[in-house]
Amino acid sequence: MLALFYIFIGVAIGVSVWQITRIMDFRSSIANDQDNAAQGKFAIAFMAFLYAMMIYCLIFMNVIMLPESASYEGEHDDNLFDITFWLIGIVQFIMQFLIFYFTFKYRGSKDRKAKFYADSHKLEFIWTVTPAIVLVLLIGYGLWQWNNVMDLSDAEDPIVIEVYSQQFRWDARYAGADNTLGLGNVNFIKGINTMGVDMSDKNSADDKQVTELYLPKGRKIHFKFRSQDVLHSAYMPHFRAQMNCVPGMVTEFGFTPKYTTLEMRDQPEVIEKSIGINKIRKAKGEDPYVFDYLLLCNKICGASHYNMQMKITVVEQEEYDKWLSEQPTLAEVIK
Amino acid sequence: MSEHHHKETFVTKYIFSQDHKMISKQFLVTGMFMGIIAVLMSMLFRLQIAWPDTSFSIVEAFLGSHQTDGIMDPDMYLALVTIHGTIMVFFVLTAGLSGTFSNLLIPLQIGARDMASGFLNMVSYWLFFLSSIIMVMSLFVEAGPAAAGWTIYPPLSALPQAIPGSGMGMTLWLVSMAIFIASSLIGSLNYIVTVLNLRTKGMKMTRLPLTMWAFFITAIIGVVSFPVLLSAALLLIFDRSFGTSFYLSDIFISGEVLHYQGGSPVLFEHLFWFLGHPEVYIVLLPALGITSEIISTNARKPIFGYRAMIGSIMAIAFLSTIVWGHHMFISGMNPFLGSVFTFTTLLIAIPSAVKAFNYITTLWKGNLQLNPAMLFSIGLVSTFVTGGLTGLVLGDSALDINIHDTYFVVAHFHLVMGVSAIFGMFAGVYHWFPKMYGRMMNKTLGYWHFWLSIICAYGVFWPMHFIGLAGLPRRYYTNTNFPMFDDLADINVVITIFALVGGIAQIFFIANFFISMYRGEKATQNPWRSNTLEWTTPVEHVHGNWPGKIPEVHRWAYDYSKRVDPNDDDSDYLHGEDFVLQTTPLLDGEEPS
Repeated sequence: MLALFYIFIGVAIGVSVWQITRIMDFRSSIANDQDNAAQGKFAIAFMAFLYAMMIYCLIFMNVIMLPESASYEGEHDDNLFDITFWLIGIVQFIMQFLIFYFTFKYRGSKDRKAKFYADSHKLEFIWTVTPAIVLVLLIGYGLWQWNNVMDLSDAEDPIVIEVYSQQFRWDARYAGADNTLGLGNVNFIKGINTMGVDMSDKNSADDKQVTELYLPKGRKIHFKFRSQDVLHSAYMPHFRAQMNCVPGMVTEFGFTPKYTTLEMRDQPEVIEKSIGINKIRKAKGEDPYVFDYLLLCNKICGASHYNMQMKITVVEQEEYDKWLSEQPTLAEVIK
Repeated sequence: MSEHHHKETFVTKYIFSQDHKMISKQFLVTGMFMGIIAVLMSMLFRLQIAWPDTSFSIVEAFLGSHQTDGIMDPDMYLALVTIHGTIMVFFVLTAGLSGTFSNLLIPLQIGARDMASGFLNMVSYWLFFLSSIIMVMSLFVEAGPAAAGWTIYPPLSALPQAIPGSGMGMTLWLVSMAIFIASSLIGSLNYIVTVLNLRTKGMKMTRLPLTMWAFFITAIIGVVSFPVLLSAALLLIFDRSFGTSFYLSDIFISGEVLHYQGGSPVLFEHLFWFLGHPEVYIVLLPALGITSEIISTNARKPIFGYRAMIGSIMAIAFLSTIVWGHHMFISGMNPFLGSVFTFTTLLIAIPSAVKAFNYITTLWKGNLQLNPAMLFSIGLVSTFVTGGLTGLVLGDSALDINIHDTYFVVAHFHLVMGVSAIFGMFAGVYHWFPKMYGRMMNKTLGYWHFWLSIICAYGVFWPMHFIGLAGLPRRYYTNTNFPMFDDLADINVVITIFALVGGIAQIFFIANFFISMYRGEKATQNPWRSNTLEWTTPVEHVHGNWPGKIPEVHRWAYDYSKRVDPNDDDSDYLHGEDFVLQTTPLLDGEEPS
């Protein structure tokens, strides 16, 4: 593979040099009618290439994309995305056609005269107002959804979880029976108290520190994010959720899981994607892939940025309660 | 002025020149040199992305102590993407593009002997040169160059404990950028003053070619926004070296609590993007200006909607200064701000759409002379549309949540500002090469260069949208730790192959450029049969541009194919030819367009 690659580069350079020296002997600089005709045809050929690639990607890359939103809040994101994508897709196909078709159709020749056409208030009015109307609709839906996602005030009985980032790992802290997180600050980091929880705060004692997230299906989760060193970003693509973790402040995000991990594994989209992945993994002799929700770091944070992840497991309420009761409280851990 | 008889030594003519034409060539060649470095870097890190576990002797040769057995270190990967971005955005597409063409064209197209201040213009170039040298020097620092991303968000960029590149490498980055900003400001002020004060008789603002409008407005945005980046950089220098806490607070790293209290990285993000977003248009508007001129000339048609184009440029410029927050939807800033920035951001789509439609209408029923410059301009319109449309997805805060910082963003901005702006720059070079060097560039090589470039540009960036939609974050050294991204590996290989071919294809341009400089066909005075003033100057450069009096302007720049009977497309050309120089007086009874 590699040798082939070097040969390929070598050949490319060789051909380039040969072509360049040959071509430079022809001292022609300004396009004539033959050039216009040839380049016009190339424009059509290129358009064919572009359309083939665009359509190929749109159809065959569907399988690699993220499956449908695993949170209720993300449903509208998917909707809005579909609407936007259809819209820009249609505009893209029309505009690219016009650009390259006109390049071909109106390629220059001695017999042609260009039309003197400098202005049309009517046309300009149309293509100022049409995008404006479309945009008002998109903005409207987008802003409604944005407020929907970002407003955490009206959630009934949310589960409060702190997600804590540092180079290069994630931790999480559940708020415990009182559903209130104890205060945290880097000054309290000492020994086993790696998240810097203020143990003198009465809310801290029942908090539970874990290295993996378990979430109950159908309950609103209210995440609070802290970072200990540099910026990180908690990216949970399957839930359409992301928020930066900023040292010195607490940021927030919330969503309600819609499918358990097991249900998600049975999703047709997930099954199809897993089959594709496992074909590749099998060829390389690696263990088969099983779908899991993940939290990834999505803000450049240092050398091991590329390997900063935490598993998320969504389960039914009973299983969640059971799991949580098995986790020790901070008061038990930090004596 | 024509009686100038300076004794020009080699040094005053070629090195410390105050002549705008020489300075523009200096900007271009320096920008090209920096561009080659940045392209090579992108080829190196694309190798890493496509074949993360493969040893490459080329990596070994280039990266020295920053690789093990031909596999680059993760720190170095981040450093490469950081410096690639920095060089491309600032050194190539700001200084290389604006510096070259603003300097070359402003005096020539408005009818001036030179810039308002030739001395400051020279200072601007040499500051740029100095900053380039420092940036290149930073590549050779022992711990590696800056590696915190081109956006250099603190605390990562402030703490050498967090990443080795934030030591001396980052210091040099900041010093280099501070000098760069000084260069850019001096240049921009000069452009503004020149356009406002030195226009020749008859050159009303409403008769300026669109290139001039684009450069003029670009300079204004630069003056408004670059100082903010300077202050952001200075405060970062204070935090790094003098113990202040503008951006830092509550940090525990390498086993100790640092003393910083009360600052916020979000402040830096605001300051950075207050320049960072207008910067997109500082890069793009000159390219669009160049395109307007070239499309009109080569379509042998007036640019459609001249006044709407000016209005769009102004609207884009104004809006560009109030949309910076769309880079920060999930930074932790108040969600209400997110709503405001979504609104202003999507508004930019309107003037952008007007521009795109106007270009296409200019092509319609033209007599397209498909020179390499014209093809690059058409290519620009194509990539500008493709990249601009995905902006509707990213600018919508609700959608941005899930694709922020993924490869979707990388694909979007590379198409809309990277490829588009570099196409504009190539178009400009092919078009004005005769004005710069008195010779023509070879068209066949130009065609090769164009078609390979646009195929590779789409081959790289179109599939890249989809791996972004699969959730792949940018700036990952390798994706092999995530089985969920295993099915993206093949696509990354395809992208890398397109990137390598596209990078190598630039040899066509470099060779054409340097060989044509000495061996190209001798240029005639007005090879593209264009209307604008620069084509009324002699081919051989003279100090002061016009040997005699500065010509007077009688009309706008776009009287191509003007007819005797405006309503009859078959009637004869009003002036006998399909172009009318701006210096041609109106005929009796001729309506100004």
